[in-house]
Amino acid sequence: MFKDIEHLVRLVFVFAIGLATFVILRAAVVPKSFGQYGHYRGAAIGEIASRPVAFAGHDTCEACHSDVVDQKKLGKHVVVPCEACHGALAKHADDPSSVQPAKLDTFVLCSRCHEANAAKPKGFPQVVTADHSGGIACDTCHQPHHPKIETEKSSTAKIETGEKR
Amino acid sequence: MEITRRRMLVLLPAAAVAWRFVVAGTPEAAPNYKMTEHWWAMLIDIPKCIGCGSCVRACAEENEVPEGYFRTWIERYHVAGWKIERPEVESPNGGKDGFPPHADDGGKNFFVPKLCNHCADSPCTQVCPVGATFVTPDGVVLIDKSYCLGCRYCVQACPYGCRFINPRTNTAEKCSLCYHRITKGLTTACCEVCPTGARQLADLKNTKDPIHEYLRTHTVQVLKPHMATGAKVFYNGMDGSVR
Repeated sequence: MFKDIEHLVRLVFVFAIGLATFVILRAAVVPKSFGQYGHYRGAAIGEIASRPVAFAGHDTCEACHSDVVDQKKLGKHVVVPCEACHGALAKHADDPSSVQPAKLDTFVLCSRCHEANAAKPKGFPQVVTADHSGGIACDTCHQPHHPKIETEKSSTAKIETGEKR
Repeated sequence: MEITRRRMLVLLPAAAVAWRFVVAGTPEAAPNYKMTEHWWAMLIDIPKCIGCGSCVRACAEENEVPEGYFRTWIERYHVAGWKIERPEVESPNGGKDGFPPHADDGGKNFFVPKLCNHCADSPCTQVCPVGATFVTPDGVVLIDKSYCLGCRYCVQACPYGCRFINPRTNTAEKCSLCYHRITKGLTTACCEVCPTGARQLADLKNTKDPIHEYLRTHTVQVLKPHMATGAKVFYNGMDGSVR
């Protein structure tokens, strides 16, 4: 019955070689961490997580610049994080002496948020800069960390009670 | 130092031991971070957004997003009268340079910041033929740049239009929820710079996160809930006209 099975043996042999090649190649090509968490390369998560950061975060800024924190506490800009205006400064936080933040143009920065626009929330302070200042630098009158213009008397009174606000 | 046969016999096993650490690569940057303890999401408070574009600029700087492409962007909606199915939507340069002044003509106007929704059942990861994009155990949809073929299936699959092909690397790219920041205990770049707090990073597994109280007490919506993608970017005060 199995008189002429030589061709089948050859076929099995060829398949066996093919399978072995596949298994060996697969083991060599598929990265070790593939399948660690799912159908992807697990090591990719660590690679993505290890990228350097550009924005230091306001907690880092406040560790050194406590004078600005005290000043901001008095006004509405207390909620505005440092790097919203000053830009990404993780490099400055790493090496404060050699990397200095750029000088800012208050007219550009202030109008980004405060230029009047119908789509902005109604309660948000907005001005038409052309009518309001005519393009002069905002910090001529407003202190960006404490933008409300106050008379000398009321401003000192506020500073004294600043902690309670 | 002369390499003698004796020295060579000592050096070879030492090199073999050291080689394991060479191939293992750099260790993970955040050793105290446990993926299983987090489930990341984001909260966007539309009535607080002023369309300043800080988030778009910060994202581009933090993640080196090429000019003209966006991982996050802001749309300005204008709904005239009752036609909430036909909103006028514009996003000049993704809102990166802010928005030109817009006269109040009686309609409804508001800004909607958008980004990857980090869906729990994301369509984009399901279509990837090589496993280059995936949902991490902490609920962030990421892309393995070295594995991506650039076949664009995921770009088509995302119902929110959040993905693009980076012209420099020719691989798919999108918001990574600043994974390199959140694993180090920082918030995302966009949330970090938002001057009004319209964007908040949220950890749904952290029971002390204010997100839980917020979701209980506010009318919160996700984009395209009918797609059942398990979107995790929650919008407060979102109008029905938002697509």
